[in-house]
Amino acid sequence: MSKGVAHRLLQAAWLKPILFLVMLVVVWDLSIRVFKIPPYQVPKPQDVIITLYQEWPMLLKETWPTLNATVWGFLLAAAFGIPIAMLIAGSKTIESYVYPLLVFSQSIPKIAIAPLFVVWFGFGLFPKVLSAFMLGFFPVVVSAVQGFKSVEPDMMDLARAMEANRWQMFRMVALPHATPAIFAGLKVSITLAVVGAVVGEFVGSSEGLGVVLQRSIGNFELPTMFAALVILALIGVILFWIIDLIERFTIPWHASQRNDLVIAA
Amino acid sequence: MSVTNLRAASTSEAARPVIEIRKVAKTYKTADGDVPSLRPLDITIHDGEFVVVVGQSGCGKTTLLKMIAGLLAPSEGEIRVEGHTITKPHGGVGIVFQSAMLLPWRRVLDNVMMPVEVKGLPQAEYRERALDLLKMVGLEGFEKKYPWQLSGGMQQRVSICRALVHDPKIVLMDEPFGALDAMTRERMNVELQRIQSETKKTILLITHSIPEAVFLADRVLVMTARPGAIDAVYPVPLKRPRSIDVLSDPVFIALTQKIRKHFSDAQTD
Repeated sequence: MSKGVAHRLLQAAWLKPILFLVMLVVVWDLSIRVFKIPPYQVPKPQDVIITLYQEWPMLLKETWPTLNATVWGFLLAAAFGIPIAMLIAGSKTIESYVYPLLVFSQSIPKIAIAPLFVVWFGFGLFPKVLSAFMLGFFPVVVSAVQGFKSVEPDMMDLARAMEANRWQMFRMVALPHATPAIFAGLKVSITLAVVGAVVGEFVGSSEGLGVVLQRSIGNFELPTMFAALVILALIGVILFWIIDLIERFTIPWHASQRNDLVIAA
Repeated sequence: MSVTNLRAASTSEAARPVIEIRKVAKTYKTADGDVPSLRPLDITIHDGEFVVVVGQSGCGKTTLLKMIAGLLAPSEGEIRVEGHTITKPHGGVGIVFQSAMLLPWRRVLDNVMMPVEVKGLPQAEYRERALDLLKMVGLEGFEKKYPWQLSGGMQQRVSICRALVHDPKIVLMDEPFGALDAMTRERMNVELQRIQSETKKTILLITHSIPEAVFLADRVLVMTARPGAIDAVYPVPLKRPRSIDVLSDPVFIALTQKIRKHFSDAQTD
């Protein structure tokens, strides 16, 4: 009976990454002991956990600005990225004008231009949102363009033969076809938006986990720094998971969501 | 459940031309110059007729079919469907492609209903019809499944229902069973023949398979290699309904051999 429960627990999807995490922490701890790594280079896991517990009110308070900037940056990336991808995929002219420039703009290191945002927009929320947006935007566009463009020509011919108009072809064929690719882009985008928000906080902000990171590394408070990193990683994981959940509800038909058996041979 | 309501209205009329192809030729303009695809051809297909086109790959069969659907404009000549010259997609046809081309995000019934939605036809009325069609092809109970839950043969039957749901006069089929295994293919041939006899549609079907052509057709059109032209026309004298036993009928065998000769001769030229 108890053996059955343990077996079922091992099969639970959420438990596996946690088990792996525990393993990593053990390896981390062992490495410090075996290689005698001093605490000013890598803190001990238990120190990080203690800091997480003791500094929790401060860390939580600093989490909200970062989370806020991340979510707004991501939402803007989705709100602009998907329509722009539609235009690029829908018109050869727009594609030839816009797409190369878009790729070009991506080669500019955004970390280098982030200070500019502070010059332009001050120390508030907006430059951080912009920074998160800049990092999150491109993956949405690239995946969505890919999705819109990969509709089979025969599928479009079929709709045209039914006398479908452009809007019907978009709504009934192109958009649903592109949805899985768009979600793939959104998932990359959300994790990059976290990075973008932190970069925004590095270059000019008075609050947020990015500020905590900078301050703690300046003061050699490595446990605090690692605690902030853990929270940042958690933000990424949770946001990613939320998008994954939305995806499950939006495209239950897609191959990535099938856990049903094929019922007919 | 009767299937009489699936019949087209005009079964009693005398055979009149439904598709008229007059001196139609097609040349594709590419960067490397013009590529002739079809030489001028003349074909008349009558109401309720089952015409099968056989030809090698690249002889312009699919081009011909797309031109009849109004998806491609002919370079020369004129195509008339029910007396109207075709210049754009006209909705008077149902199309079945080699692969079923079902929309994976739509359930079986919603896939069949797609032409009804696009054309804004009354949903409730055509839903009944869609259900009847699914029943006719033996897919009762699969209405709520997604396409990926069906086998290839079942998917292709759904796409046939979709081609029929808005009651088009004409059904165009581009190698509809080419992707199926031989056994499923034979079964689908028998089934398609039955569907045609029940619905009295005018069908133009394209295939690589000579036995399939002879089994299904009232008339077999043999096309030459690219640029395509009509090489010969063979009426099929076998009476309907044809069972799979027809495959060993001497008339059937003689006709398939005769048609096959067109292609073996072409190769030794």
